[in-house]
Order: sequence, then C-alpha cells, then structure tokens
Amino acid sequence: MTATTAEQASAPVTEDALRSVLLAGERPSRPGPVLTSLTLGWRALLKIKHVPEQLVDVTMFPIMFTLMFTYLFGGALAGSTQAYLQFLLPGILVQANVMITMNTGITLNTDIQKGVFDRFRSLPVWRPSPLVGALLGDVMRYSIGSAIVITLGLVLGFRPEGGAVGVVLSVVLLLVFSFCLSWLWTMLSLILRTPNSVAGVSMMVMFPLTFVSNIFVDPKTMPGWMQAVVEVNPITHLATAVRGLMDGSVPAGEIGWVLVSSVLLVAVFGPITMVLYRNKK
Amino acid sequence: MGKLAIETRGLKKSFGKTHAVAGVDLAVSAEGVYGVLGPNGAGKTTTIRMLATLLRPDAGEAQVLGYDVVRDAQAVRSRVGLTGQFASVDEDLTGVENLLLLARLLGYSRRRGRERATDLLDAFGLAEAADRQVKKYSGGMRRRIDIAASLVVTPELIFLDEPTTGLDPRSRNQVWEIVRGMVAEGATVLLTTQYLDEADQLADRIAVIDHGKVIAEGSSGELKASVGAGSLHVRLRAPEQRAEAERVLAGVLEVPAEPSADPAALSARISDPERVARALAELSRSGIDVTEFALGQPSLDEVFLTLTGHAAEETPEEDAA
Repeated sequence: MTATTAEQASAPVTEDALRSVLLAGERPSRPGPVLTSLTLGWRALLKIKHVPEQLVDVTMFPIMFTLMFTYLFGGALAGSTQAYLQFLLPGILVQANVMITMNTGITLNTDIQKGVFDRFRSLPVWRPSPLVGALLGDVMRYSIGSAIVITLGLVLGFRPEGGAVGVVLSVVLLLVFSFCLSWLWTMLSLILRTPNSVAGVSMMVMFPLTFVSNIFVDPKTMPGWMQAVVEVNPITHLATAVRGLMDGSVPAGEIGWVLVSSVLLVAVFGPITMVLYRNKK
Repeated sequence: MGKLAIETRGLKKSFGKTHAVAGVDLAVSAEGVYGVLGPNGAGKTTTIRMLATLLRPDAGEAQVLGYDVVRDAQAVRSRVGLTGQFASVDEDLTGVENLLLLARLLGYSRRRGRERATDLLDAFGLAEAADRQVKKYSGGMRRRIDIAASLVVTPELIFLDEPTTGLDPRSRNQVWEIVRGMVAEGATVLLTTQYLDEADQLADRIAVIDHGKVIAEGSSGELKASVGAGSLHVRLRAPEQRAEAERVLAGVLEVPAEPSADPAALSARISDPERVARALAELSRSGIDVTEFALGQPSLDEVFLTLTGHAAEETPEEDAA
C-alpha cells in the first residue's frame, strides 16, 4: 500500500492500538468545580490563539470609539478634545467592556449550534463549568480591551489623577461587573436559536443601555424622564464609580451600587440560565 | 441473557406538536451492538439524547447501566461515551487539544492527559493530524476524532449516533472496523443508523423505529424471517413464456409471482425454500427454459417496506431535534 494523500498517510486504525486504549482502564477521580471551570477557561484562551481575528471587538472597536467620540464631539461638548477626553475615557472604558460582554452569548450560541456544548453537557462535571469557564475566558478579553483603551487614552493625553492604583481598581470593578452582566447573554444564547439573533437582540439591549447613561454626556441637559432612566441605569453608576476611582477618589456609594447590581444580575440570570441549560433540547 | 445495559419503558418526548418519541420500549443487553434503525425524523437522535441525559423525557422511564437517566444523571454520564453530530469536538482546536481538554475535565493530570490523548490519536490513525485544527480534518478523520473523544475514559456503554452518515465507503469501513474492535473488547454499543446494511453488518439486535415508535425488534435474521424466507428470482430464455411461467410458479409456490422490469424475468416471495426446487423442476417440465435463477434473503429494505408501508429513505428530513 502506498501512502500518497494526507488521508491515506494517516495510518488506518490498528486493532492492537485500539485494544490497548480501550483496555487502559484508568478512571481518574472526578475533578472539582474550580478545576473544570478553569480548564474550560483554558479552552477559551486556546480559541483566541487559533482564531485571533475574534479579538477584533476587543481591539478595533474600543480604538474606533475612543478616537471617534473624542475628536467628533470633544470640541462641541467640552470646549476642547483634551477636556472631553478626561471625561470620556473612563466612560469609553465602561462601554468597551460592556460591549465585549455580548460576545459571550454569541460564542455560547455557536457552541450550542455546533454540538460542542452537548459534548460538555454529556460529561460528569460540575454542571455550570462550561458557562463559568467561558466567562472566565472572557475576563481575558475584557482585560485586553481595557489595556488597549487605557493605553490609547494615555497616548492621547488622558491623565488619571488616581494613578496606577486608581486605574487598576477601576479595571477590577469593571471585570466584576462584566462577568456578572455576561449571565444575561448566556441566558439569551440558550433561548435564541442562532448566533445572529443573539447578536441582534444583544445590540438592541446594549445600545440604549450604554448610550442612555452618563458615559458620553452629562445628563443635565436631558429631559426629565430620560434623566430618571439614566439615574437607574447601572451603567451610569459604573461609569461614575470608574471616573471616581481614576480621579483618585473612592466613591463608596457608587461602588456599592455597582456591586449590588452585579450580585443581582447573577442572582437573577444565573439560576434562569442554569435551568435553561439543564433543559436545553 | 445477561443484565440489561439499557431499559426504557414508554419513553416520550414532544417538541411542540411533534411527537418525536412517542413511547419507546427498549431492552438492550450488555455487550455487543444494538442497532436502532429508522429514517430521518423517526426519533432516533431524540431517543439517544434522552438516554445520554442531554434531554429530559416528557414521560416514561429509562435506565442506563442500572441508573435512572433523570435521577442519577451524573452516574450515567460518568459511564457512557457519546458520539454523534450533536456531541461534537471543538473545530477551532487541534486534535490533541480537544482530547487533552476532555482528559483534564475527566480528571487526568496534565501529563497523563497528554499521554492518553497521544495514545488515542495513535490508535485512531490521527497521530499526524494531532496538531492540526479539527476543522481541517477530512470527514473520515473527523468521525474518528469524534469517536476517540468519547473514549477518553473507557466507557461501559457507547452511543454512536449515525456514525457513518455522509462518509465515503472507505471511511465508513474504518468506522465499522472501530465498532467491531470495540465490541471485541467487550464494549456495549448502541448505534443508530438510517442505513439498512449498516445495521445488518454490525448489529446483533435491531429495533426498527418509525414515527417515534419501535415497530419491530429482533436479530437481523429474525426481522428478515418475519417478512418471509426471501424471494426467488427467475430469468427466462423466451420473454413470451413469462405469463405461463407466472402461472406455474404461482401453482407450486402458492404465492403470486410478479413480473420484474426485465421483460424476461419474474420473482416471487417464498415462504418455504423447499418448494423452490420443485418449482424449478415444474418449469422445466412445462418446457420453459430458465437461463438464471437466484434465491435471495429478503433485504432489510424489504423488511422496512413491509413493516412501515413506506421505503426507508423516503421520509422527508425532520430530525432537527
């Protein structure tokens, strides 16, 4: 037999080798939830390694938004682009992170479509591991996105009064909130049929959520009803908290708000997600 | 008969108005291959998904290896392996990464996991493709990595959902070899297929399923016997003698003989092979020259046609679930 093509070159299945792998009766003890979640987080990192173009949303979009908003609106809104950048950058950081969370749902839905998810569901592992693992992998994406926005901001002239400590603390707060918000998208991805519809619905939630907030402008000039919406939007509190931390203050009240809404997001969407996950058809 | 690997009673699952599985009773004994044969949309995949704990039954009970699929789902999961279009490996990762990922999830250390992954890739002839992304694999390689993925910890029971659908004959034969190899090592395999010859070749017992129900069950021989002993096919030298031959055959065999598409040929279902020799002798005595004759076991196609009233492959695709 001559081996010519790649397919033929791969040796046919040999009976002896098959027997030895089947007879290797090793039954390792079942790993705990932390290990399985981390392992599935590792999978998300491997996917970034193999498909780096999926990082477009964490790299190009934040850069685009920062540049566009600073130079389009800076002069008109704050008198100068420099002054606006000082106000906008923490907000853009929030927006970039919150936008990146959408990816969670789209990725998950793709996994469901392709059957990868059922492979994980068929394993005797802690049930939420595939979801938690995916979210842990996303923390890496948020970190990359944040680093890019902050670096670009510094290059353009953004100067955080809070120094490195303030910046790091605000990124940590962002990661916590993003991780919790992602459960909304995991829920959606289990309800909707295709990755496209997940993307569509996510956008519909995301645009009002990020724009009807204090990320881009001070809400003072908005009509009263809209100010009321802005006031209850958790994104507003997140942006205010991040601004405060970067500015060198500790806005305890706002941070408290963010943490409470984070807990609420997980408390509501976490269990719904798990029920949907268990009963996924 | 040994202990049962799978036992279901009145298993049901509906999706909206579609009764995908409408009361399935199965009794699958340990060791060997049990085939679930049916056309697209018959409810095969839905049944397997319930048995593999991926789908909760609406009604009925199912025990896999003695564990209830709903109450003891984790116990079932740790003992079965699953291969099918619905339980896939990650196409973005390489072969070795996929197997290492599963090995880690199942409790192997990093080092032992890597060894196990390498052994599996070697055994399945994928050693050279180990570091290639699975999306670049050919259909046959893809199916082999899918099977390997279900064997990372040797399971007591393996579900193979349509393992050869869409494969070329060579790759299909390789999958068959793998299945035979697994059975030789004492594995129990539940295999679904829409190919009659696949069930015929591999399965010790077969359940024929249609519209969510088991319509027949038995060994391939028993199923064939249930539709008669087979057919006698006869070809005549002179086509104009066919009408007379039909009369002769019908007289001896006591069943109607049917003309074939070939104007010189005809066939008859037979119940008793003994009569065939007499029928041929009678033809010769009547001065009818026979140029060819063949005695065929009924094919599973005929079995299916007899049981369901429709051919196996003609049902429209609806097995989306």
